[in-house]
Amino acid sequence: MSSETTKASQSVTGPRLAVNIAGIEMKNPVMPASGTFGYGEEYAPFLDLENIGAIVTKGLSLKPKAGNPTPRIAETISGMLNAIGLQNVGVDAFIKYKLPFLREVTTPVIVNFFGNTLEEYGEVAKRLSDIPEVAGVELNISCPNVKKGGIVFGTDPKAAAEVVSLVRKNLAKPLIAKLTPNVTDITVIARAVEESGADAICCINTLTGMSIDIKTRRPRLANRTGGLSGPAIRPIAVRMVHQVAQTVKVPVIGVGGIVRPSDAIEFLIAGATAVQVGTANFVDPGIMPAIVEGIEQYCIEEGIDDINELVGSLQV
Amino acid sequence: MKNYKTMVLSNQEISPGYYRMRILAPGFGASARPGQFVMFRVQTSLPPLLRRPFGIFRTGFLPPDCEGQPPKEYLELLYKVVGRGTNIMAGLHHGDRVEVLGPLGRGFDPGNPAEEKILVGGGIGLVPLYMLASHLTKTSSVRLLMGGRTREDILAVTEFERLGVETYVSTDDGSLGEEGLVTEVLKRKLEKFPGASVYACGPMPMIEAVQRICAERKVPLQVSLEALMACGLGACLGCVVKGAGHSEEIPRYLCTCKEGPVFRAEQLDWARMGEETGYCEGCKS
Repeated sequence: MSSETTKASQSVTGPRLAVNIAGIEMKNPVMPASGTFGYGEEYAPFLDLENIGAIVTKGLSLKPKAGNPTPRIAETISGMLNAIGLQNVGVDAFIKYKLPFLREVTTPVIVNFFGNTLEEYGEVAKRLSDIPEVAGVELNISCPNVKKGGIVFGTDPKAAAEVVSLVRKNLAKPLIAKLTPNVTDITVIARAVEESGADAICCINTLTGMSIDIKTRRPRLANRTGGLSGPAIRPIAVRMVHQVAQTVKVPVIGVGGIVRPSDAIEFLIAGATAVQVGTANFVDPGIMPAIVEGIEQYCIEEGIDDINELVGSLQV
Repeated sequence: MKNYKTMVLSNQEISPGYYRMRILAPGFGASARPGQFVMFRVQTSLPPLLRRPFGIFRTGFLPPDCEGQPPKEYLELLYKVVGRGTNIMAGLHHGDRVEVLGPLGRGFDPGNPAEEKILVGGGIGLVPLYMLASHLTKTSSVRLLMGGRTREDILAVTEFERLGVETYVSTDDGSLGEEGLVTEVLKRKLEKFPGASVYACGPMPMIEAVQRICAERKVPLQVSLEALMACGLGACLGCVVKGAGHSEEIPRYLCTCKEGPVFRAEQLDWARMGEETGYCEGCKS
C-alpha cells in the first residue's frame, strides 16, 4: 500500500491502537503501573478510565499490609525513590470494597499481587481466580521470600519459576510476571517465567537506590533504600525491554520513566506490545490519555495503520 | 478538584525568603475550603519532577481588565524558599505558565460558632489559618497567636487584623512582639478562655507542644500537618502518618493528603509523631 493510500484510509478511521496481551483485549497500549494509580477511583476525576488500555491496581497481598515507616518518598534527579512497603488493603477488602467501582468501567482490570511466601502467592491467586471482573493478574516477584532468608523471588530463576508455576496452577486467567531489574541478567529470569507459564512479561520494576541528607548524614528514607522510578531510569528500562523481547515469545509490557508519547513509542519500537505509565501520573493525573493521543498522532504522521506494526520495529 | 493549567498573576517577595503568588483560577474559590491544599507544578519541564504541596492562603477576585469582562478569580499561595522547587517558583512572573491541582484534602471543621477560637501559627504555618480566620470571624471571636524565629518569619499579621482577628506575636529573639515561644502565649490564653477551640499549623515541635498543652487542658484541637507527597490524591501512600492506636500488629496509617492535612488531635498517634518528619518544601520553618 502506498503511503498516500495509507494516509487516506487513516483519515476515515484513524490508526488501529488496539493490542492484545495474553488474551486481554485493550483499546490502546497505555495503562498505569501498579502502585501509582491506587485502585483506579483516585484518578477518576482527572481522566476517563474508558480511554486507557487497562487499569492496573495497587499490589495486593493475602492480608492487609501496613507498609514502611515514613519518610517513604524522596525526590531525586529526574526521578523519585519510594519505600512505601507495599501498603495495601489486602485481597479480601479489595474484592469487597474496591472492585465494585471498577465493575462500572469496561476497561479491563489487571490486578497486581504479591506474597511474602510461596504459599501466599498461591492463596491470593486462588481468591482472584473466580472473580469475573479481573481480566488478568500481574505478579510482582520483586518481594523477599520470608521463609527463605529474604531472597527476592525475582532475582533467582528457580524461585521465580516456582512462584509462577504455582500461580499458573491456581488461576485460569492471563498471567503477567513483572520482573525486577535488580539482577545480573534479566533474560535469565524472563526465560524462567516464560517456561513456567507466564503469558506476558512486564519489565521493569523499580531499581534499588539510596539518597542521603548530607546535613544530617541520614538516609532520606526511613527504610534506607527505596525503588527508583521516573525518567532517570528510562534508558535502563528500554534496554531491558529490548533484551527481554529478544529472548521470549510472549508479549512484553514496557515500563520505566515514561512521561511523553515519544517515551512510550521508544518502548514499543524496542519490543513492548504495551506500556505502563507510573511516576508521571503523580506529576500529571491526566497524562495517560495525552500519551495515547500522542501515539495516535505519531502513527498518523508515520503512516502506521496498526500500532502492532511498530512493536519490535527497531532498526539495527 | 481539577488540574488548572493556568498562569501566574503576580509573585512578590513579602519578607526575606517569603513570597506571595497569585494564580489565575476561575471557579476555584467556590470549591476550596479552609485547610485544603494544592499540588503545584513548578514548571512544565523537568526537573523538578514532582509537584509540591502548598496550603491555600486565600482566594479572591481582581477587577476585570476592561469593562464588560468578568472579574479574574485567583488563588493565593504564600511560601518560603527552602529548596530547588521553591527557588524556581521565586523566579516566576506574571504570565508564566503553571499547573495547580486542587483543592485537595480535608480542611478544618469550623466547629461551634459560640466557642472562642484560638489559631496558633508557626512561621509559614499561618498559611491555612488565614482562610480559616476569614470564615470563623463571620460568627466567632478569633485570636491568632503567631510565632517565628525572628521578625522576618512573622507574616500577614495586618491582614488577619483587617478580618477582625486579635493577634499576638512572639519571636524567639524578641525582634517582634513578645520574646519566647508561641506556646507560652497559648497557655496564658487558655487560662483566660478555657472553653476555646484551638487550630494549629507550623513546625512539628510546635505542633507537638500545642498538642500537649491542649491535651492537658482537654481543649479540642485541630492540626494541619505537612508531609512529603508525590500524588496528593491518596494513591501513592507516600505521605502517611500514624493514626491513634497504631501498632506494629495493627498498623493504622492515615494519608496526610486525603484523610488530612487537617486532623483532630485525637485521630493521631502523638507518642511517636516526632520520630518521623517528612516536611514538604513549602512548610519548613
